[in-house]
Amino acid sequence: MLEIKDICFERDNKKILNHINLVLDETKFYVITGPNGSGKSTLAKIITGILKPDQGQILFNGEDITSLSVDQRAKKGLAFAFQQPVRFKGLTVYDLLKIAVNKNIDKKDACNILSKVGLCANEYIDREINASLSGGELKRIEIATVIARNPKVAIFDEPEAGIDLWSFQNLIEVFKDLEKESQGITLVISHQERILRIADQIILLEKGQVKNIGNKNSMLKIILNEEKCCQKGNKINE
Amino acid sequence: MNDIDQKLLNKISDKNIRKAHAYNIRKNGKSIKRQISPYIDIISKEDNKGIDIYVKENTLIGIVHIPVIITESGLTDVVYNDFHIGKNSNVVILAGCGVHNDEHQDSEHDGIHRFYLEEDAKVKYIEKHYGEGIGNGKKILNPLTEIYMQPGSNMTMDTTQIKGVDQTTRKTKAILDGNATLIINEKILTSDSQNATTVFDVELNGTNASTHVVSRSVATENSYQEFVSNVIGNANCYAHVECDAILKDKGKVKAIPQIYAKNPDANLIHEAAIGKIAGEQLIKLMSLGLSEKEAEKLIIKGFLK
Repeated sequence: MLEIKDICFERDNKKILNHINLVLDETKFYVITGPNGSGKSTLAKIITGILKPDQGQILFNGEDITSLSVDQRAKKGLAFAFQQPVRFKGLTVYDLLKIAVNKNIDKKDACNILSKVGLCANEYIDREINASLSGGELKRIEIATVIARNPKVAIFDEPEAGIDLWSFQNLIEVFKDLEKESQGITLVISHQERILRIADQIILLEKGQVKNIGNKNSMLKIILNEEKCCQKGNKINE
Repeated sequence: MNDIDQKLLNKISDKNIRKAHAYNIRKNGKSIKRQISPYIDIISKEDNKGIDIYVKENTLIGIVHIPVIITESGLTDVVYNDFHIGKNSNVVILAGCGVHNDEHQDSEHDGIHRFYLEEDAKVKYIEKHYGEGIGNGKKILNPLTEIYMQPGSNMTMDTTQIKGVDQTTRKTKAILDGNATLIINEKILTSDSQNATTVFDVELNGTNASTHVVSRSVATENSYQEFVSNVIGNANCYAHVECDAILKDKGKVKAIPQIYAKNPDANLIHEAAIGKIAGEQLIKLMSLGLSEKEAEKLIIKGFLK
């Protein structure tokens, strides 16, 4: 269980997160949605330890992990797929997957992981993670590094961003499988209705606060209804 | 050869040196072991000032090792090695210099290597530099490489200097005829107060001549590196020079790129990037469970791979 207790985060006199409280249960699939600037990515970075909150606590299975570093949290089972995947000159896809799994897997195992995100493994396994890979390819490799860890808490920051329509269908299948098979908590930040429809629970953030939380049916009604009423703001992409 | 010699040799050369078709081991200014083959001949120059290596035309695959080891403090060893690579031959050459200096006097090796590639000859040249020893005498290496490439010839040069060399000035000069290709991959890591300068002068004189120079370097502690490249395009040719450097501690790197197109069809590109390890790279690897130190080590290892 992951508990987010009274988290506040302020920068440049702007309250980015304003007293966030959430309890996330094991085996459940959560989607956080909300307008741009509502604090979704900041919250994900605070959970994974990339950012430190000004106030509040993060409890994982009862243990206060607020002061733990990124790697200490990773060792406890938290994993994070970045919205903008990082490039590395000299490191290959195989190198990164070996680090993710934390053991010396053979290429066949690495290929199995890659095929889960729809990449034809033999073409990619020895490629460097550099500018020669497209944004969509990097994104899928990023997702693979999280799945490979079999984490207790998997957080994906806008996995659909930068992925083409063909790959998107594949991505939906990846998350459907995660929803079925994952024994841990899955938390996805997304604006995509098709990803929202996979969720057990949807969390709506607005102006740094939890505006609403509930099961997908009730939340989709609220969100889609709001969108119809509202001419401005961030649209949910169908 | 004693244990120190063998250790130096292992650092700069292949352990299976005796499997090479031809080899010449030079220690403290003298050749101490040599083997030749029916296709590859090695002949000493006068006064033991170096060797001439002759690779016969149409040699299918030849492997040549020419390591140099220096264990005598205060020695300045200047050696001239000339490689004559016959038409259509294909050869791999492993060279390198290992210096062990436990004393206070400087040890210096200046290797002057000249390559003469005939038409359609192909060379893979691998050079490693390594220094060790507890004395405060400097380990100085100043390699000069000159490459003359006839039409259709192809050369790949991989140079590595990873540890322990106090001072280096590496100069590489190349002149390329039509359809000749030169690829240079350079890797340097400096630490302490070491100083490394590399200078590339490449002239592309024939149609479709091309060169690709990639320099990856890491400057740590108080070390200083300088990368100078000067590529001249005299024909319809292509050049891509890439200088990437990572800074750590108080390391300093200066890149001076120069590309000069003297022909309207010359296509010359230079890229240079110098900076610390990107914070996001560290965070990504930490999010996979590595500590900051482990992440940094891995990024540098991959970068210099």
